Amino acid sequence: MKLTPQEYDAMIQKTVPPTQSGRTIPAAFLVGGLICVLGQGLTDLYLLFLPQQQASTLASVTLVFLSALFTGLGLYPKLAKFAGAGTLVPITGFSNSVTSPALEFKSEGFVLGLGAKLFTLSGPVIAYGVITSVIYGVIYYFTGLGG
Amino acid sequence: MPIPLGRSTFAMNRPPSVLASAAVGGKKEGEDPMAQWFDEIHNDTTFGEKTWEKAESRFQQRACQLALKKAKIAPEQVKLLLAGDLLNQCISSSYGVKELMIPFFGLYGACSTMTEALALASLLGDNGVIDPILAVTSSHFCSAERQFRYPLEYGGQRPPTAQWTATASGAALVGKSSKPPYLKAVTIGTIQDLGVHDINNMGAAMAPAAAATLLTYFADTGTQPHQYDGIFTGDLGQVGSKLFYQLLAQQQVNVTSIHQDCGCLIFDAKTQDVHAGGSGCGCAASMGCGYLMRQLEMGKLHHVLFLATGALMSTVSCQQGCSIPCISHLVYLSTDPTPVFQGG
Repeated sequence: MKLTPQEYDAMIQKTVPPTQSGRTIPAAFLVGGLICVLGQGLTDLYLLFLPQQQASTLASVTLVFLSALFTGLGLYPKLAKFAGAGTLVPITGFSNSVTSPALEFKSEGFVLGLGAKLFTLSGPVIAYGVITSVIYGVIYYFTGLGG
Repeated sequence: MPIPLGRSTFAMNRPPSVLASAAVGGKKEGEDPMAQWFDEIHNDTTFGEKTWEKAESRFQQRACQLALKKAKIAPEQVKLLLAGDLLNQCISSSYGVKELMIPFFGLYGACSTMTEALALASLLGDNGVIDPILAVTSSHFCSAERQFRYPLEYGGQRPPTAQWTATASGAALVGKSSKPPYLKAVTIGTIQDLGVHDINNMGAAMAPAAAATLLTYFADTGTQPHQYDGIFTGDLGQVGSKLFYQLLAQQQVNVTSIHQDCGCLIFDAKTQDVHAGGSGCGCAASMGCGYLMRQLEMGKLHHVLFLATGALMSTVSCQQGCSIPCISHLVYLSTDPTPVFQGG
């Protein structure tokens, strides 16, 4: 092929069908929003019995549980296919990213399969999340914002 | 002995035949109009096994058994088995064919494995010393997904350029016979890499390999597209096929009227939600050993160039930022036994 990678890339860009953002963005907004509404509803429900902090935590726990349950039932990926970032961004996406490798890699055993690969997808989020929070904590401390 | 035509094209002196061929598919493959060309459809894609890898092995084993049964040849009579697949260390092949106890060469050509195996079978079978040779390959959506992409239950969206790995296997038995189709020539592909990095756009990565091999074949043989009634590429899909036409057009070659792509054939893109089409070793293998061979046997096609395409990256090379090297091997299948290139 007498074609440079740059020329070929230009040819590809002209050929590939674009993502149908007109459909995907509203779907993400709608489903992501509904998940958040569900979270708020759960919080309000738990507030009838519990203080604010515990109610918020329990709402998150419930969403994580529901996401894991629906992942196991094979329904979450179907919803995610429609919703995209709408199911990825809320805490439900994090739960799915832990549950799905657990299901997938149990065929290699509970230790080297499920155990070792449980955080294959969510590991980077946890690692960089912790590092970022440490950095943020240091800044918080030295700028005196911590009081 | 094969007659060299140029550097990488060889014409068979005594063209071997495809004695029998068989295609086996999974549930999704059985929901397409192409289902009629499969010898067996298994709606249970686990094949009764506990792991996807074992299931894929069973698909491959079944394709071998069916091809041998059709040819009425026992495994003990087969001189050589050429097999490969997508999984690390080609385990689908090793586990799938081990019980057949046929002398075995493992191949890796990714999705080009079917024509790689057929090309080698032609070259090795031309002088009749190794006869017959069984060529087989397979892929499984679930085993490929977990190796190359994400866990099955992970909630993600696939881009429009993504292709769906076929759960299928195809096997062909190559040997001397007076029955068509005949394997008359092969072109061994060179690795092509035009800098595509997107693992979700395999069609774009592989199109240059298919175009390069086809152009080499035409140059080496001095033939033109109009001398053939079918050109079947492996799994370029819709995006790759369009790029394939554009790359050929730059060299003033037009194959649009006779070209079909196995990745576009195997699924119905409109109803089966496969985005740009099918892929995987089993895609070209099942379409080649099912649909294509039946067309040749029924006399609906007579002169066909079959070139499966393979993307030779691994998850490691992708994560290290390497572009995707691709390859395509070509076999010329014909209903006419005359070695057209004799003395040429």
